[in-house]
Amino acid sequence: MARLRVSVHKFSSCDGCQLALLNRVEEVMRLADRVAFVHFAELGYVNPDAPVDVAFVEGSVSTPEEVMRIRELRKNARTLVTIGACATAGGIQALRNLQADGRAWVAALYPSPEHVSLLGTSHAISRYVAVDLELWGCPVDSRQVFSAIQALALGVMPINPRDSVCMACKREGNVCVLVAHGAPCMGPVTRSGCGALCPRFGRACYACYGPSEQVNGLALTQRLASLGLDPDAIARRFLSINNAAGPFTEAGLRARASQ
Amino acid sequence: MSRQPDVPSSMVFLPHEGLSGLLDHLRSEGYRCLGPVVRDGAIQMEPVAHPDAFPIGFRDRQEKGTYALEDAGDARMFAFANGPQGLKPWLFSPRETLWHVARRGTALAFEPAEIDAAPLAVIGIRSCDLAAIAIQDRHFLGGARPDPAYAARRGGLFVVAVNCTHAGPTCFCVSTGDGPAARAGFDVALTELEDGFVAAAGSERGERALAGLGLAPAGGAREAAAHERVAAAGSAQTRSLPGRDLQAALLANLLHPRWEAVAGRCLSCGNCTLVCPTCFCHCEREEVSSGGASAEHYREWDSCFSEGHAFIHGLQVRPDIRSRYRQWLTHKLGGWHDQFGRSGCVGCGRCITWCPVGIDITEEAAAVCGAATP
Ligand code: SF4
Ligand code: SF4
Ligand code: SF4
Ligand code: SF4
Repeated sequence: MARLRVSVHKFSSCDGCQLALLNRVEEVMRLADRVAFVHFAELGYVNPDAPVDVAFVEGSVSTPEEVMRIRELRKNARTLVTIGACATAGGIQALRNLQADGRAWVAALYPSPEHVSLLGTSHAISRYVAVDLELWGCPVDSRQVFSAIQALALGVMPINPRDSVCMACKREGNVCVLVAHGAPCMGPVTRSGCGALCPRFGRACYACYGPSEQVNGLALTQRLASLGLDPDAIARRFLSINNAAGPFTEAGLRARASQ
Repeated sequence: MSRQPDVPSSMVFLPHEGLSGLLDHLRSEGYRCLGPVVRDGAIQMEPVAHPDAFPIGFRDRQEKGTYALEDAGDARMFAFANGPQGLKPWLFSPRETLWHVARRGTALAFEPAEIDAAPLAVIGIRSCDLAAIAIQDRHFLGGARPDPAYAARRGGLFVVAVNCTHAGPTCFCVSTGDGPAARAGFDVALTELEDGFVAAAGSERGERALAGLGLAPAGGAREAAAHERVAAAGSAQTRSLPGRDLQAALLANLLHPRWEAVAGRCLSCGNCTLVCPTCFCHCEREEVSSGGASAEHYREWDSCFSEGHAFIHGLQVRPDIRSRYRQWLTHKLGGWHDQFGRSGCVGCGRCITWCPVGIDITEEAAAVCGAATP
């Protein structure tokens, strides 16, 4: 059986998703007879322009250089998989998309902004090229990525559920932090994939996996308001890591407008 | 399996401190004991070694979308209404491997998953949950091919039921005909008084369990007090469904504007279905391991609020929250009559308490079926 040629690329991101993959690297290495890393700089393989079966992409497109690079990369990859909130939805850095002039933040943040070449927006990879599979999360769940590699090596599409975090939360046997503790949990509008990690530790979900398949932003907004969150706090719950994901943008801006 | 005795056995008195003797007996018979304990701010069924671990003195406060516990500081062991789950996770596992398949050269080898069938004894199960187990029994065991994993766990189950002497505001088992007293499906049933329990056996092994404890007859006064307390818990219930069989009324109202209204509030999160002790829906998936050398076929809890539930080849038949909520209610309170000869609701109230936005099945059913909520 021919080995699956895999590459891992970085765009505008924090490297956390690549780290999530590295956390499982020993297991990945055990698949050496089926999977070959062609480019994965954090692991020491550097060959960014090689053609591959599967390219994993971390990070959003937020510079002119990245626009060119993602187009080249697409030509070289049979299957393109985004990993994480940045690559899949634009990331936290997409907050600048909501500003009148996204570039204005550069001047506020960097002492010599003239050296920073930046687009006014940060977008998901799918804004520029076709994406075959999107794995959400900030960071991605390493088990999910590992399982995706194995499925792709076999030529099948990986399991990638879009039901709510609540579904996983109940399967895990967690006590609902919203109902029992009044915590502002985003689980009801967030897609599963993490195994309800935060509620498992008694914390409210902050929606790092992005929107579930059916988002009722208004219903959750009203519930969060009844828990005592003001409109700005509610807007921030939606306009966070996945602020640029359609249903979250809509719910967050609506909450903000109601102030 | 437990049965109802032809002649009700005489009732005995089990003091609070005697309950540990019952647990000891069950353990000596090889059972793993489950009972109510407080975990993460809610009462859950968990493995217990001694009744000291029970929520002694605890009271619950439940309303639409809220749950809280407080310690009243008394000796009552079961003065609370049901917590977030019944026995469902212990009989119908949230996730369970059904088989493994491994590559052997060019052939595939299928192997059934191992079933952990260590016998369970559960202490403190309520009548609504017993009714729910009876429904799940029909679903998992009733057909030509009984589910082996469910059958193994269910077969060994020893049930110590507790008749409710405290109903929560979200309980409505009286209206569905499933409580507050356990009528069938138990080995031992307890009714709690200040200082202990009036106990009755519901099966031969239940009789044996009680006989070994050397208990005195409860006596008429205690029996009457026990009866009164259970009756009071029943009359304290404030919620009800507008009827036992709402199938015709629901099907006549498939285009009722209420479906749209509830869809505006519903998150489609699926919590109601996963806390419901009668819901049995699941999906099955394949997970590859060892780089494709083997795979696991597992099933896990699914819900009519998930997209996969209504996906048939090339078509999503319930594309919005309105149609999914309607599916939940019309199946639970309607279609179940065809499937099981009764409604799928046993009045436990969990879907009301544990709905993050507090949608109330009794209100919605009343609105759609055209009856005023009492
Ligand atoms: S804790 Fe959050 S994710 Fe879990 S059931 Fe409650 S609302 Fe849903
Ligand atoms: S529970 Fe929510 S915030 Fe936490 S890891 Fe999962 S999706 Fe992310
Ligand atoms: S429908 Fe609601 S009240 Fe009825 S049995 Fe299910 S969870 Fe309990
Ligand atoms: S009724 Fe409540 S628990 Fe059920 S799916 Fe809707 S919001 Fe979730």
